[in-house]
Amino acid sequence: MTTSRVISRNATSSELDADYKWGFTIDIESDLAPKGLNEDIVRLISAKKEEPEWLLEWRLNAFRHWLKLKFQAPKWANVEYPPIDYQDIYYYAAPKSDAPKSLDEVNPEILEAFEKLGIPLQERERLAGVAVDAVLDSVSVATTYKATLEKQGVIFCPISEAVRTHPELVQKYLGSVVPYSDNFYATLNSAVFSDGSFVYIPKGVRCPIELMTYFRINQADSGQFERTLIIAEEGSYVSYLEGCTAPARKTHQLHAAVVELVALDNSEIKYSTLQNWFPGDKDGKGGVYNFVTKRGIAHKNAKISWTQVETGSAITWKYPSVILDGDNSVGEFYSVALVNNHQQADTGTKMIHKGKNTRSTIVAKGISAGQGNATYRGLVKVLPSANGAKNFTQCDSLLVGDKCGAHTVPYIEVKNPTAQMEHEASTSKVSDDQLFYCQQRGMSVEDAHFMIINGFCRGIFQELPFEFAMEASQLLKVSLEGAVG
Amino acid sequence: MTLAPAKYAHYFADFQALSQGPGAGAPPWLKTIRDNAWSRFSETGFPTARRGNERWKYSNVGPIAKIDFGLASGAAPVNASKALAPEYQLDGPAVYRLVFVDGRLHSGLSSPANGSNGVRADSLATTVADGSFDLEARIGNYAPLDDDDGFVALNTAFLHDGASVHVADGHSEKVVIHLSYVTTETAIDSAPKVTHPRTLVVAGRNSDVTVVESYTGPQDEVYFTNAVTEISVGEGAKVDHYRLLLDGAKAFHVGTSRVNQEKDSSFSSASFALGTALARNDFEVLLDASGAYCSLNGLYLTTDNQHIDNLISIDHAQPNCTSRLNYKGILDGKSRAVFGGEVMVRRDAQKSDAQQTDKNLILSHSAEVNSKPSLMIYADDVKCSHGATAGHIDADTLFYLRSRGLDLDAASRMLIHAFAGEIISTVKPEPLREYLDTLFSAAIPDKSLPFGITR
Repeated sequence: MTTSRVISRNATSSELDADYKWGFTIDIESDLAPKGLNEDIVRLISAKKEEPEWLLEWRLNAFRHWLKLKFQAPKWANVEYPPIDYQDIYYYAAPKSDAPKSLDEVNPEILEAFEKLGIPLQERERLAGVAVDAVLDSVSVATTYKATLEKQGVIFCPISEAVRTHPELVQKYLGSVVPYSDNFYATLNSAVFSDGSFVYIPKGVRCPIELMTYFRINQADSGQFERTLIIAEEGSYVSYLEGCTAPARKTHQLHAAVVELVALDNSEIKYSTLQNWFPGDKDGKGGVYNFVTKRGIAHKNAKISWTQVETGSAITWKYPSVILDGDNSVGEFYSVALVNNHQQADTGTKMIHKGKNTRSTIVAKGISAGQGNATYRGLVKVLPSANGAKNFTQCDSLLVGDKCGAHTVPYIEVKNPTAQMEHEASTSKVSDDQLFYCQQRGMSVEDAHFMIINGFCRGIFQELPFEFAMEASQLLKVSLEGAVG
Repeated sequence: MTLAPAKYAHYFADFQALSQGPGAGAPPWLKTIRDNAWSRFSETGFPTARRGNERWKYSNVGPIAKIDFGLASGAAPVNASKALAPEYQLDGPAVYRLVFVDGRLHSGLSSPANGSNGVRADSLATTVADGSFDLEARIGNYAPLDDDDGFVALNTAFLHDGASVHVADGHSEKVVIHLSYVTTETAIDSAPKVTHPRTLVVAGRNSDVTVVESYTGPQDEVYFTNAVTEISVGEGAKVDHYRLLLDGAKAFHVGTSRVNQEKDSSFSSASFALGTALARNDFEVLLDASGAYCSLNGLYLTTDNQHIDNLISIDHAQPNCTSRLNYKGILDGKSRAVFGGEVMVRRDAQKSDAQQTDKNLILSHSAEVNSKPSLMIYADDVKCSHGATAGHIDADTLFYLRSRGLDLDAASRMLIHAFAGEIISTVKPEPLREYLDTLFSAAIPDKSLPFGITR
């Protein structure tokens, strides 16, 4: 990456004096649907997107199912927050301008916003070798590198566009991994999802560049409900990255996304996330509620690998999962979750072993600082058909300070005698000996802490694409500020 | 008095019969405890609604709630009771044995301690009647009614008899208490029986107590044992606790044990489970003062359609405490085992050291293990770890034994036996250890099927 995406804070535009460097707001006129959720809103979103009848029907089914849930969001997670008023949220907010046909037509203010974020939207960033789809509030703003990708037959576009240009693919796979009735937030998303990314890699194609989506919530009191669908045909490979930020606002913002991955026979999907939604200020005011459903299905010999670095959000509720459906399929989950101040994270994974000789690896690192609480919650399930299934799980937690919490809640469900399951977890604080060693070599307490914590996460960062790994390390440093000393 | 919910009318009838009949002479404080417990139970009922209830995520108590169990009356012949109690003798200078038949102390089979030498081990009913020991402050103190499970409340509502053990402060001579709870055969034409065994153990300062609880009953009958055990381990005291769940193959067993540890005390426990259609072992240890140590071991072997649920929690409420937890399961047939355990380290409980392990051996394609060993940690200067494994015996290990001339069956048996041996060897009294070893060896299924066969 030629430009660093960690940029300085624009202090004047921040509502809160938080040490959140992405906290600026952009003054863009938004096209807002009225607050609240009802069938008309669902119809309005669908109409705005000029969607076909089947999709509207699917949304309405989801909405009707959601009504049956009577606002009863799941309560088992180890997070606390006041009840969310689902009728006090904007379900549709779009930058006010027609869909741009090329980068030149994109509203300069939006471009400026992404410039501030350091997102290389312009093709001048060719050297960066990353194709970007940027989603501001609910609308995908611009996609770069279209031509390069089209040559290989790779489709990378906003999902709303894919609905129009490739309806057969969307109709076949949308909801095939996460059905609309899956869980409270996924149902809500299915009813009101606005946009997101769509990726299709044709048979045997190795996607030449890394694909990236950048998400940002800008509008106050709005929810962001994006939906990502990635399909890797037989023998293909794709590496996909996502990044997220939001302005610093006093009120909480709701983010309920759904990501579906379909890895057909012999294919591989590598999905990396840098989640840096606004975490709220020092006193826990504001911040994004991040309730996300991510799941992939791996067919024969396919591999799905989730890597996530979670430093943002007031609340993170997220369990990227893999259904190991085909024989010999592989699932991986590498995660760093950091909480500081009043942040709460309940995150982990689910590995569902169905096929024979399926393997899964889970490595989760939790770092708790300030008054934050981080919970690893993961399920490893071996169905009777999964002969020879293997899982290895390792969860390590690091505590920085005496007001925080680190929790590990693994669920291990085994219905096959040939399965080998291993789970290990440990919790400790930053070792005094290591700190002393660093300090007597002349490092400050802060630098020593950072170096040790960085080392603790090294194994995960190595799974990230290079530029992302650099950024993740920076992000960690910034997020830990004020936690030590 | 709260009205009975229609669902639990038969329990209410028995409750009224007890409080107006044999329990009528109880002191007012005990009546209040029973009444409060009944109203608590009528509020909660049994935890049959499991959606969102993490405590009962993998176990269905529907079968218990569905049957109208009648309160056992305790009028069985001596010989029948004797045959059902476990056969081993504990020896030593101070061994006291209390045998409860259908919920009542059987004086003919028991050898209580009257308190003259600092040890009082007698029936709860007698201890209440002579008022020799302040039970009011103890009963229900360690096992309060505040959970939503209903079982403690139901047990407490029927609190009439049980074991009361009190070892005086400074009584450092080793005391062995042997408690047997026996359910006898149900008479023809009567409802399946329920007993509510209650155990209270108060180990005074610097005392040394061994407690063996065993639960037995007829092999082929449906009955329900709803046990509650409260143990208080005084400052510097040492308690060795053994829990033998040996109920019949069609029986239901819900056991709730609550342990409270004071400063520098030590509590070692081993729970064994064999048999029982549906069993729950809800065990909670509160490390309530600095320097306390606890070690909880468990071994369960299930076959056929059996279901066993171990919910083992350790609460590090104070700094400088150490806990060790090691549970092992062997599963065959269509049986299911659940392990739920929580190690909690509270804020400011610095220098806590906790280890938690659950290992399972699955011998059949239809058996199922659900393990959820969780750590909840709110203090930073701690050393906590946990591990869980499920699977079969390593093919290399098996190969080693076979290369030494053992056939597959013998090698398998030897390895399963060794797997169980780790827990059995923690039992200190030799006769008990041998008894358990024989019992589990005999119960190990004759099969070597899934070893090392992965394809």
